[in-house]
Amino acid sequence: MLELRNINKYYNHGTVNEMCLFENFKLTIENQQFVSVVGSNGSGKTSLLNIICGSIPLDSGSIQINGTDISNMPEHKRLRRIGRVYQNPSVGTCPNMTILENMAIADTKGKPFNLLPGTNKSRIDFYRDQLRSLGLGLEDKMHIKVGVLSGGQRQAMALLMSTMTPIEFLILDEHTAALDPKTAEIIMELTDQIVKEKQLTTIMVTHNLRYAVEYGNRLLMMHQGNAVIDKANDEKSSLNIEYILEKFNEISIECGN
Amino acid sequence: MSIIFGVIEEGLVYAIMALGVYITYKILDFPDLSVDGTFPLGGAITAVLVLAGVNPLIALLLAFIAGALAGCITGIIHVKLKVRDLLSGIIVMTALYSVNLRLVGKSNVAFFNSDSIFENPFINKIMPQGLSEVSVIAILVVIVLIVKILLDLFLKTRSGYLLRAVGDNETLVTSLAKDKGTVKILGLSIANGLAALAGSVYCQQNGFFDISMGTGTIVIGLANVIIGTKLLKRFGAIKATTAVIVGSIVYKACVSLAIFFGMEASDLRIITSALFLGILVISNGREKKVKNHA
Repeated sequence: MLELRNINKYYNHGTVNEMCLFENFKLTIENQQFVSVVGSNGSGKTSLLNIICGSIPLDSGSIQINGTDISNMPEHKRLRRIGRVYQNPSVGTCPNMTILENMAIADTKGKPFNLLPGTNKSRIDFYRDQLRSLGLGLEDKMHIKVGVLSGGQRQAMALLMSTMTPIEFLILDEHTAALDPKTAEIIMELTDQIVKEKQLTTIMVTHNLRYAVEYGNRLLMMHQGNAVIDKANDEKSSLNIEYILEKFNEISIECGN
Repeated sequence: MSIIFGVIEEGLVYAIMALGVYITYKILDFPDLSVDGTFPLGGAITAVLVLAGVNPLIALLLAFIAGALAGCITGIIHVKLKVRDLLSGIIVMTALYSVNLRLVGKSNVAFFNSDSIFENPFINKIMPQGLSEVSVIAILVVIVLIVKILLDLFLKTRSGYLLRAVGDNETLVTSLAKDKGTVKILGLSIANGLAALAGSVYCQQNGFFDISMGTGTIVIGLANVIIGTKLLKRFGAIKATTAVIVGSIVYKACVSLAIFFGMEASDLRIITSALFLGILVISNGREKKVKNHA
């Protein structure tokens, strides 16, 4: 269970440009929940992810995972049990390393990075099977550099790599936004499949309202640092895209967008 | 003939240092100027130890360790104190100048008559007289090969993968739950260890230490790395480490050629800079051309 308690976050604190992002923000995410987060630009969606991962510091409040306070834990230690996929496909892979080396380095997460061989030869068949499951033909070119792959291929690898080792949370930061509609669809289906298979607790930020309605079992709409819609399970299933769109237009007009 | 031997000898010595620069410049993408201080640091330590009668092989090892420590300091200044990469190197390089002077006690010292890895009872016994130049090159080849093979092997370990990843994509290293700062410090340590090792070999070969021997080390190192990797890029199968070693010898040959065609030895540094500039401009031009065609 992930708990955010009384989160306060200001940008440019103490200056004339001070901007309040979160004030006493609270959020509890149960294990194995798949939360889709939507909202206009600047509503705090990505900041929410950054606060959970520790990429930006908190002003006050606490973040707990299964009762352990992680508010002061550095980012790289938190990511021990979190997998994160970014909007930019090149952030999730190493362009100058081969597909095989990328798979191997992702597989080493959580293990000591010592002087053992970087690629465990006995795992190569496993990597090949994993790549085959993507259906992109990557299993036949394991020795080419990832830098020559397309954005969609890289994003599929990034998804595979971030969920290869046991993790508790999967954080998806607009991970289909930079892809063409067809590829985005493939990546989204793959995401759903992996989340269900590994029973991951997932937070997905997206601008695609249809994905937000279609996937996951909870939907949050963020506006000015607050959740203006928060529906889970049956309530979420009964949501339709028209309602969401209407609400979305309402908050957008308020902002003058 | 002796010019060719000289080129190969010096090329090989600087190749050890260039392999270190390859780690910082190519793998970590970190312009590390501390090698200008760690190369003579290796020499200073060697001078002190060899004059005190320490086994020259031990001097090599201790030079490497001292260089690695200095590299570690550069890394800590950059990572923990958040000083820019270029400045961290300059700070350590400048400080090491005084450290080197303190170590040796004066600005230059000769130790021609002491044992070295090139001149000792064992080598003199197995190598016939008159073949001393061949034996020097043979010893240098062995050292360079050991360094190259160890480095190649290291880059294939889990730790080596992480080192490559940090220069390639820092965010991924964080995603792997590893502190990218620690990885950078490790890379800088190895690189400066190699620079100091090269300094130690250089001094043992020449039989003297001079405080100014480090000036321009980084330029030579970068030139070696860039020539090697650009020149041999078209032969895809050649390892980057091999390319760096070849680059070091080619570069030294260019410098010798310039001197052969009438430049003075005192012009060495300006030749070094001009050649390096030329290489940079040519390699930039070529990249642009390729992009325009694409």
